[in-house]
Amino acid sequence: MTSDQKVLVIAEHFQGEVISSTSKAINCASQISSQVDLLVLSNDPNLSDHASRYDGINEVLVINDDLFENSIASIMAPVIAEIASSYDYVLAPSTTFGKDLTPRVSAVLDVSQITDIMEVIDSRTFKRPVYAGNAIETIEINQGQKVVATVRPASFKDVGDSNNASVKILDLPSVDIPNHTRFKGIQSEVKERPDLQVASVVISGGRGVGSAENFEILYQLADKLGASVGASRAAVDAGYVPNDMQVGQTGKIIAPDLYFAFGISGAIQHIAGIKDAGTIVAVNKDPDAPIFEIADIGIVADLFEFIPDLLSKLD
Amino acid sequence: MEKILVCIKRVIDYNVKIRIKPDESGVITDGVKMSINPFDEIALEEALRIKESGNANEVIIVSIGPDDTQQQLRTGLAMGADRAIHIEHPTPLEPIQVAKLLSRIVEQEQPELILMGKQAIDDDANQTGQMLAQIFSYPQATFASKITLNDNTLEVVREVDQGLEILDVDLPAIVTVDLRLNEPRYVKLPDIMKAKKKPLEVLDPVSLDVSLDPSIKVLNVSAPPPRQSGVMLEDASQLVSSLKEKGLLND
Repeated sequence: MTSDQKVLVIAEHFQGEVISSTSKAINCASQISSQVDLLVLSNDPNLSDHASRYDGINEVLVINDDLFENSIASIMAPVIAEIASSYDYVLAPSTTFGKDLTPRVSAVLDVSQITDIMEVIDSRTFKRPVYAGNAIETIEINQGQKVVATVRPASFKDVGDSNNASVKILDLPSVDIPNHTRFKGIQSEVKERPDLQVASVVISGGRGVGSAENFEILYQLADKLGASVGASRAAVDAGYVPNDMQVGQTGKIIAPDLYFAFGISGAIQHIAGIKDAGTIVAVNKDPDAPIFEIADIGIVADLFEFIPDLLSKLD
Repeated sequence: MEKILVCIKRVIDYNVKIRIKPDESGVITDGVKMSINPFDEIALEEALRIKESGNANEVIIVSIGPDDTQQQLRTGLAMGADRAIHIEHPTPLEPIQVAKLLSRIVEQEQPELILMGKQAIDDDANQTGQMLAQIFSYPQATFASKITLNDNTLEVVREVDQGLEILDVDLPAIVTVDLRLNEPRYVKLPDIMKAKKKPLEVLDPVSLDVSLDPSIKVLNVSAPPPRQSGVMLEDASQLVSSLKEKGLLND
């Protein structure tokens, strides 16, 4: 560990809370250096207290301004790039927030960027997934170059919250800030079930489910287990469920603790979306379905007989 | 608007199981089916729909890659793009370099709207659109699932982790698209024939004056750790016991 290297982590927050993805990025940063600062850009002065509790942070840098109310990348990037001039690393979580923002910071700084750090080998060498995690690249970034990167939350644990880091309020640097982007709102649906990407249990159906109506039995099981419901591309293409339920390389890539695949054959592109799941349970009528090759638990059964049976055992 | 520029990348088809080279220097591409990156195909479809609704005059596609990239550009022309630009470069580039090369095309063509996929399914970088936007200080809307064209602005629904965000941006703008924006059309045989006659300009990156010195070295490409082989169970009661043993179900 080269302790004189300075790392700036960009905090992600939503509705008055710094969120867990930030804590995971701090964990990654701490594996690179012990000199880690956290930058909070927001219009909510209360956020800094929350942020200063994260273990591993030296200092929380805060700019409070209404400009930052909605985390707009084109507004934040020039400010972050200015502050980054005295840092060797800029890290952000690899969430839609970090992915949207970080490349603009890289472009202002005119440097290459690393997406999705999943492992720190040393201060210049990292592992990251490519091909939806079907291959892992080990990459080395040139000496002396500023490192801008996003950190894959699923690969790092949360840091503790016993810290009391000092908080420094900064003035808004004098940089050009565009006014060409207007926030019109966010629809955070009050969903009946947890979000696919954060649910600890996910129940998915494939073409074997047979119809939109037949998905009802999967919803019943999901509600029993507090699970989210997903689908294979085949089920989406067949019109059983909407696109936003698709799990796979061209849909959502998820890592629940427990994943159920019902009537899913196991196409490559589906497996790419679930390979980081803790335990995969596959139920399929076809004993030769490829899904059984990657499942932790396989059961050859008709899902329409199996699920009612399972529901009765869970009562 | 006058022009929409769509950036596309040639990638291994999403249905192909990738194989890693024995020396772990990369993935095998020889003899493997290649396609337009699926997210870029959605971007092109959106551009074509905007043109067909009478709101754009020309759709230009651009790609950077080896000479075979012209196959994907021809597919894009067959889908309905008016002309294509191929920046010929034999090896993969870093997104910042791609963004700079594309910026030369943006300078030349002055499109009002630039569309591309949110990421390519090979390197999964998700950087190029945002970098290109920053080079011009243009607005951006990433992860787009709905685009509505107003007079001189664009309303974009974005699929973010917390839900659906709506942004209103001035033009010119860059939009990177997500899966749910549309379903791309199938190419018909007569369109493939017609596409052969559409203009395809080939450019040498040297003429575009962008430094292509790499700053990131790929040391090794390996397979992820394999999942341990699983067990076959008979019925629901065995499954319930097994999940309870693993602590995945409460008693």
